[in-house]
Amino acid sequence: MIQKFPLQTQVLHGSRRRFVQGLTAGGVLAATPAWLYAAMDDKKARGAVPELTGTNIDLVIAETPVNFTGVTRLATTINGSIPAPTLRLREGDEVTIRVTNRLAVSTSIHWHGIILPFQMDGVPGISFKGIAPGETFTYRFTLQQSGTYWYHSHSGFQEMTGMYGALIIEPKTGERQKANRDYVVQLSDWTDEDPMRVFSKLKVESDIYNFNQPTFFDFTRDISKMGLQAALEKRQMWNQMRMNPTDFADLSAATLTYLMNGATPAGNWTGMFKPGERVRLRFINAASNSFYDVRIPGLKLTVVQADGQDVQPVTVDEFRFGPGETYDVLVEPADDAYTIFAQSMDRTGYARGTLAVEQGLSAPVPELDAVEWLTMKDMMGSMNHGDMKGMNHGDMKGINHGDMKGMNHGDMKGMAMDHSSMSNPLSKPSQSVNHASSEYGPSVDMRVDMPRTNLDDPGVGLRNNGRRVLTLADLKSFKGVLDDRRPPERELELHLTGNMERYSWSFDGLEFGKSTPVTLRQGERVRIILQNDTMMTHPMHLHGMWSDLETDDGELLVRRHTIQVQPAQRISFLTTPHDVGRWAWHCHLLFHMDAGMFREVVVA
Amino acid sequence: MKNKHIKQLISAIAIASALNVSVFGAQNNHDGMQMGEDMQMQGGTAPADARDPHAYADGNTLTTGPYSQSGPRQLKLADEHYFWSMIGDRFEYSESSENTVFDFQGRYGTTYDHFVVKAEGEIADNRVEETQIDLLWSHAANAYFDAQLGLRQDLYDEGSERTWLAIGVQGLAPYWFELDVTAYLGDNERTALAIEAEYELLLTQRLILQPRTELSLYGKDDPDNGVGSGLSNLSLGLRLRYEITRQFAPYLGVQWSSDYGSTADYTSAAGNKVSDTSIIAGLKFWF
Repeated sequence: MIQKFPLQTQVLHGSRRRFVQGLTAGGVLAATPAWLYAAMDDKKARGAVPELTGTNIDLVIAETPVNFTGVTRLATTINGSIPAPTLRLREGDEVTIRVTNRLAVSTSIHWHGIILPFQMDGVPGISFKGIAPGETFTYRFTLQQSGTYWYHSHSGFQEMTGMYGALIIEPKTGERQKANRDYVVQLSDWTDEDPMRVFSKLKVESDIYNFNQPTFFDFTRDISKMGLQAALEKRQMWNQMRMNPTDFADLSAATLTYLMNGATPAGNWTGMFKPGERVRLRFINAASNSFYDVRIPGLKLTVVQADGQDVQPVTVDEFRFGPGETYDVLVEPADDAYTIFAQSMDRTGYARGTLAVEQGLSAPVPELDAVEWLTMKDMMGSMNHGDMKGMNHGDMKGINHGDMKGMNHGDMKGMAMDHSSMSNPLSKPSQSVNHASSEYGPSVDMRVDMPRTNLDDPGVGLRNNGRRVLTLADLKSFKGVLDDRRPPERELELHLTGNMERYSWSFDGLEFGKSTPVTLRQGERVRIILQNDTMMTHPMHLHGMWSDLETDDGELLVRRHTIQVQPAQRISFLTTPHDVGRWAWHCHLLFHMDAGMFREVVVA
Repeated sequence: MKNKHIKQLISAIAIASALNVSVFGAQNNHDGMQMGEDMQMQGGTAPADARDPHAYADGNTLTTGPYSQSGPRQLKLADEHYFWSMIGDRFEYSESSENTVFDFQGRYGTTYDHFVVKAEGEIADNRVEETQIDLLWSHAANAYFDAQLGLRQDLYDEGSERTWLAIGVQGLAPYWFELDVTAYLGDNERTALAIEAEYELLLTQRLILQPRTELSLYGKDDPDNGVGSGLSNLSLGLRLRYEITRQFAPYLGVQWSSDYGSTADYTSAAGNKVSDTSIIAGLKFWF
């Protein structure tokens, strides 16, 4: 008898290694049912993840026993696999996808990043009623785009318990970037605990899974290294504000097992190649709670697509992406084996796979990077806009609190004024910070008054690591992708807010239940400014329309569906809502979304 | 006499509210957090020209306006969910008194409003000698503190039961001090004030040293229960716990406790030690 998520305490030291590494053959336990075989196009099946193609697709949602860590649990699956079958569809096709719910509770599927009528978007309570137990819902829409996307449940915590899969749309005119091989590399995370129980634990003790907290002996080490004064200063702001400088992820490897294409690190998903081949890797972050820093030691990564939209190729060693984001990368491997290494942002664990010339080969797995503390700029943003670009990150530690008091605030206002006095006031995103009146209550533990707008920051833990790390500033849409060049007619400003101690997340200090929808006019060109008044990075996903990221000078950069906003950062994007209806807009960290960092958008 | 007690009540409330103010105000008045009147990263009040968070709604709500789903609102997230928890802060045996002390707290409610039950007491010779139970309504006053209002009931194995009206604050002060301050108003113009403060010093990720202090003050003698007016008791403790999990942590510690004023007189009259230092062993847990 399999017990569904029994109340359990954290796994202890003895089984720790197996827990983090996972089982070699971890994953779905059930034999593939006959109805799944019938639906599978097994000629195209690669590795463990089945593929489905065509214009008529049947998906069945059910509970399936899985074992990733040595413990058997019930997962919610699509067609019995984790990840769900990869859907390979064609641009221009009208697809009919029938989703049958064999769970005891309501379910849904959201097509992440796909432009479609709102009734097909799959968010229960916003786009439709959800799919009741026993019911079959028919999704039907025409694919107006191509690229790498994914799909997942938008009900409760079902995404976290296994409901996610890749959605690849082949362009009508063929891929712009030719490759000899094409692999989906889908990263996710798994917990043996009941997600609701995990959430309720965070409500009591929000740092329960953080085992990289500052300790007394860190303090004494710092004293001997930098002296008492500096060691105290390094801590003063954090302690005074009751903030934790290692608060990167709410969930760590203390409860998560990190997966690549459904394989544990020990399971080592392997993609085959022949030397001299060009391999396209479609990276999808389908995790519920984990930012990943991805690299393949020994290989340069040429990023050719972001969120399904072609970008001008940019070659890097490493990229960070959050839940919801996708990057397509070209590599040209020459040796026998390479490790695909995806460490979690909090440096507690990693997902790992291999590119190899034959099965069974592997390359060394790098050590996890050391944990770096968040810096002053992650907490306070830009202390001085003018100097920001030239600022040396290493110098941040040396900031003198005393000097900040002496900062001339009047001058800052003057700077903002200069910007707004330009000919078209909307040619650039406004820089003057407007906190919402609802940001002064118990729901908000900090506000940033001088945010940073530096898109060329790879983020904490990746700065000056000796590797060339992708930043948002590196991404430029391929010619023709940004198809709306109109300047914005108006500008909306919203702040990302939270209270870590109470474990609550929101926009403008208002959790979803207290919020009202953001209303947009169909076809209008509108600028949305997102300012992050928290110390965590949030991958913000707007359904139903594109988010065209711009610089702080108002120059359009890249088309996205999910944009990560770093701590104390202020970013802006333009959007054109073509499709009427109600849409979801939320942080794609599942727990942040569920805690209330979720807005409804009305397009009328 | 009456005047004196009213004064004591007023002073008790004044102390509580002063603590309250300093605790809340602490967010506003520290170096680095407030840099000029417009730059304050925590707390504070919204300026008159603060942005209206509903300005972009155009009159639409989650249930009304174009394209809204029919019927009652279906999508409810965790911000509308009720959570419960049970925290065993102290459950410990004292070597010198041979007593077992418990200090539990139960919570049920949403992020900003919940019921709290605090139960604290002493077990000796397999009998619960005295128990103090606070039943409180807790409402978030700011990001880190809850204001609490409710009733306290004191139960004694030998003594007179007392019922109090309770008003207090509980939360996390700057520099990570956990505070719980409650003023009480009982029948017969009895007043009391209880202050608890804790700090967690992480020696490692699992080995944690916790200094803790607790003060009790009363406005009036209560000979039935061996309590005198003024500072009645002060205790200082140091507990070293090992978190086998974050939710299950045995500890060893030392606690010093002393009675003062007429409380000390009652204690020595009853043949007990006025001041005592004891080794303690206990368990901190929550679920």
